[in-house]
Amino acid sequence: MLRLEKRPNPSKFWNYATPVTAVLLTMVAGGILFMLLGKNPFEAIKLIFWDPLFSEQFASYSRPQLLVKAGPLILIAVGLSIGFRAGIWNIGAEGQYIIGALCAAGVALAFYPSESWLVFPLMIVAGAFGGWLWAMIPAILKTRFNTNEILVSLLLVYVAEKLLAAAATGFMRNPDGAGFPGSRNLNQYPAAANHELFANTGLHWGGVAAFIAVLFTYILLQRHILGYHVQLAGQAPRAARFAGVAPARLVVLCLGLSGAFAGLAGMFEVAGPARQITIDFNAGYGFTAIIVAFLGRLHPVGIVLAGLLLALTYIGGELAQFMLNLPAAAIQVFQGMLLFFLLALDVLSNYRIRLGVSPRASEAV
Amino acid sequence: MKRRELLATSAAALGLAATLGSTARAQSPLRVGFIYLGPPGDFGWTYAHDQARLTAQEHFGDTVETFFVENVPEGPDSERIMTQMALSGADMIFATSFGYGPSVNAVAQRFPDVAFEHATGYLQEAPNVSLYNSRFYQGRAVIGHIAGRMTETNKVGYIASFPIPEVIRGINAAYIHAKKANPDVEFSIVWVYSWFDPAQEAAAAEALIEQGCDIMMQHTDSTAPLTVAQDAGVLGFGQASDMTQFAPDAHLTAIIDNWAPYYMHRIQEKLDGTWEAGNVWQGLPEGEVEFAPFSDKIPADVQEETNALIESMRNREYHPFTGPLNRQDGTPWLAEGETADDGTLLGMNFYVEGISGEIPS
Amino acid sequence: MDFSSINPVTLIAMLMVAATPILLAAIGELVVEKAGVLNLGVEGMMITGAVSGFAVAVNTGSPLFGMLAAILAGAAVSFIFAVLTQILMANQVASGLALTLFGLGFSALMGQSYTGIVPPRTPKLDFGPLSDLPVVGRIIFGHDILVYVSILLVAAVWYWLNYTRSGRILRAVGENHDSAHALGYQVKKVRILAIMFGGACAGLGGAYLSLVRVPQWTEGMTAGAGWIALALVVFASWKPWRALLGAYLFGGITVLQLNLQAAGVRIPAEYLAMSPYIITILVLVVMSSNRGRRSLSAPGSLGRSFHAAG
Repeated sequence: MLRLEKRPNPSKFWNYATPVTAVLLTMVAGGILFMLLGKNPFEAIKLIFWDPLFSEQFASYSRPQLLVKAGPLILIAVGLSIGFRAGIWNIGAEGQYIIGALCAAGVALAFYPSESWLVFPLMIVAGAFGGWLWAMIPAILKTRFNTNEILVSLLLVYVAEKLLAAAATGFMRNPDGAGFPGSRNLNQYPAAANHELFANTGLHWGGVAAFIAVLFTYILLQRHILGYHVQLAGQAPRAARFAGVAPARLVVLCLGLSGAFAGLAGMFEVAGPARQITIDFNAGYGFTAIIVAFLGRLHPVGIVLAGLLLALTYIGGELAQFMLNLPAAAIQVFQGMLLFFLLALDVLSNYRIRLGVSPRASEAV
Repeated sequence: MKRRELLATSAAALGLAATLGSTARAQSPLRVGFIYLGPPGDFGWTYAHDQARLTAQEHFGDTVETFFVENVPEGPDSERIMTQMALSGADMIFATSFGYGPSVNAVAQRFPDVAFEHATGYLQEAPNVSLYNSRFYQGRAVIGHIAGRMTETNKVGYIASFPIPEVIRGINAAYIHAKKANPDVEFSIVWVYSWFDPAQEAAAAEALIEQGCDIMMQHTDSTAPLTVAQDAGVLGFGQASDMTQFAPDAHLTAIIDNWAPYYMHRIQEKLDGTWEAGNVWQGLPEGEVEFAPFSDKIPADVQEETNALIESMRNREYHPFTGPLNRQDGTPWLAEGETADDGTLLGMNFYVEGISGEIPS
Repeated sequence: MDFSSINPVTLIAMLMVAATPILLAAIGELVVEKAGVLNLGVEGMMITGAVSGFAVAVNTGSPLFGMLAAILAGAAVSFIFAVLTQILMANQVASGLALTLFGLGFSALMGQSYTGIVPPRTPKLDFGPLSDLPVVGRIIFGHDILVYVSILLVAAVWYWLNYTRSGRILRAVGENHDSAHALGYQVKKVRILAIMFGGACAGLGGAYLSLVRVPQWTEGMTAGAGWIALALVVFASWKPWRALLGAYLFGGITVLQLNLQAAGVRIPAEYLAMSPYIITILVLVVMSSNRGRRSLSAPGSLGRSFHAAG
């Protein structure tokens, strides 16, 4: 019988080898799936993993798009990772993302058509503030009334979605838009637009923000006393209390930080790639970011890689859809398999597989 | 060769140093891409567009190659997908939802040789962006008439999605014609804030029936309200496609979106090299709005009137929004004999007189 | 404003139906979480159940077989999660989300040939003249079988968790897996079984939507019901009867707000549409601030992986 034995320290080798193995396994399993659907598996896999990066036809466009797609995912995910490490469960980043975007767009539209350079920085502040504020609701309910933050943050996503719809069809509707829903196009409002910083790099201020957030989080977790508190609270809540960690402060801090990051992501998205507030402005980044955070093992660098990998499967998946007439559902299944393999193989970096049964661990088969 | 120029210009526009491996194929088929908001299997909005695509594909055979991406959210994802379609050599792209507007225009500016067709939008910021829309309100007028004639409780239930002009226009058109057929008719409107949420739609239908409505109208995509109507023994109308089989006793008729004539027409023009950007709003006369077969439940005289109404709109004698009509607050909108202009209709965000309740905003 | 036109009896009858799919899924997830496992894949399991139940019901002509298939399919897809989290020690939050993603895609793929098809109908139970009784006739004797099943299931889970040995073992495993292990309980086996029970319930909840409530198959048709079920477990503070209360509260406000709209009550529709979520939060806040903190707390080992030291 096989059994698992916990490694004292995660294996360095498998830390790097498991993601690669998982991707390879997904290619095999996905290839079989595509074959069953009557498509050429090699072509499909090439379209998903290779063409967005290296094909002459697509790569020069797709490669920068990888940054555009991964940017918000990474920005939200690093924020979430801090709380997750401390055992604080913000499931509602999607809502914070929406409110951040609404606040930022609100500021921009309030000053329309100002040409002041102050508009954009103000929007950044408003975006972060909006996300922070929305995250403060579960934080305060948790600390004051002991209300579970999973429930509150999750349900507030739906409230935010209704607010978004009300904004797009009502109070933020473009007055020059002939009655159609949706706000003004912020890309056509120079003071508020978040354009690419360098042409065809896909890098806009949101990417810069994501980079800073990753750095910030890295330093926070590695070097700062707060990072130590976060780790302690997550691993040994009681010990943390003795060590002087105030749980309430930690909740407010972690939720606030992740909310602010999500709000920022919403702000850069609405002013940049999304251009405007619409009914369906949110595209699930807040939920996908939770996966990204864990795929990245809650480590800032891991999150960057996980975000890029997931973005690649989105972009490549779109190519595969229209080049091969693959249904979107097949791509979704493919992504699901990729996640399964990544999560499953993680076991190799934390455990050793041994033969034989240890008497005290009969269920750890 | 057009295709090659297209790639060259688009690459240049993007500032790419892409080397174009493919040489122009003389007889390569016209590549026509579609982006869909939902899945083709939604049996509603996207289903109708996909049926039209399939009809066009069959019609043109090997001269045209159609392809699509489904479940495309409005915003950056749609922009990226359209760009990649253009890079892959698409000659024509149909963007089948209102919210793709800003993205369509942005991509169109980068790919001046690709023909863009945008459904139900209003933005034309590039010379190669065409707009097309369908006068569904003509269909709503027809089912409004049937509802007005057939309701016994004088209460019609209306399940609405989002408070946008398209939906409000439909409510007004239905109400005006129900009222004409039956001066005592009242509309109860429930907003569900979703295009597709079967459980919510079912609950909304139940609530309306509970309030005494005996005819259901819906501007949402699922068949749930019809099934509820069937079980409760009241009547209803299908949405976007014939839904008779889901509620054989309740289903009176359905407004069917038929985009095929327009798609075939425009693809043909692109093939012929005569395609030009336009802005059309077609309906009954062009065969873009159709009806599912009438149920036997509709009495013969009502069927006759209804057919006459359809005919009058089909040969453009009658406009569903013809004065005298007032706005909800009583202020005059259209004088006797005056018809609504398309601009007002497209941006309609007010109820006509007689409808109770407020449009959420 | 006309509140009087809203009949409380029919309102209750309607909310029971509206709440049933989320209640089924929630009671399953409650057992999973009681065992110390957080499975965020409820939505994925529900929709898998919805499509499997639909397909089997259509092919066999029997809604009952459809529901059985949904139970099996829900359990089967949850087994992926069980393997990942219990055997391969993967993170539960991420695995659950991956399961949702996978389930949504898988069901859409499987269901492609089932759109636009009418499934065989599930009849309401026939109680004869009982259903004509005033008030109780509609509330108690006017439903289809799954409404009763869901209530019985709540009662059964409550009894089982509190009054049976195996129920106590499950709770012990969820409270503190190390002590449970030390006492000789098979932590992983208990958890895997709990996860599959949760999958079965979620699958049945999905089939309720596709076979009874709507009935139709369209991809994504659960439209977030699984997430609400997850929230309800927390709302219920991991107590079965409170899950019923929560589901009926949430379903009730949803139905009530639609009824208020239909009755023409002058409250803006967008605020009414938000109300089920906001009121659920508020009620939980009130409940959590009034009670002793202990009774509210989550199972001690919730979300933590268990590995027996060798």
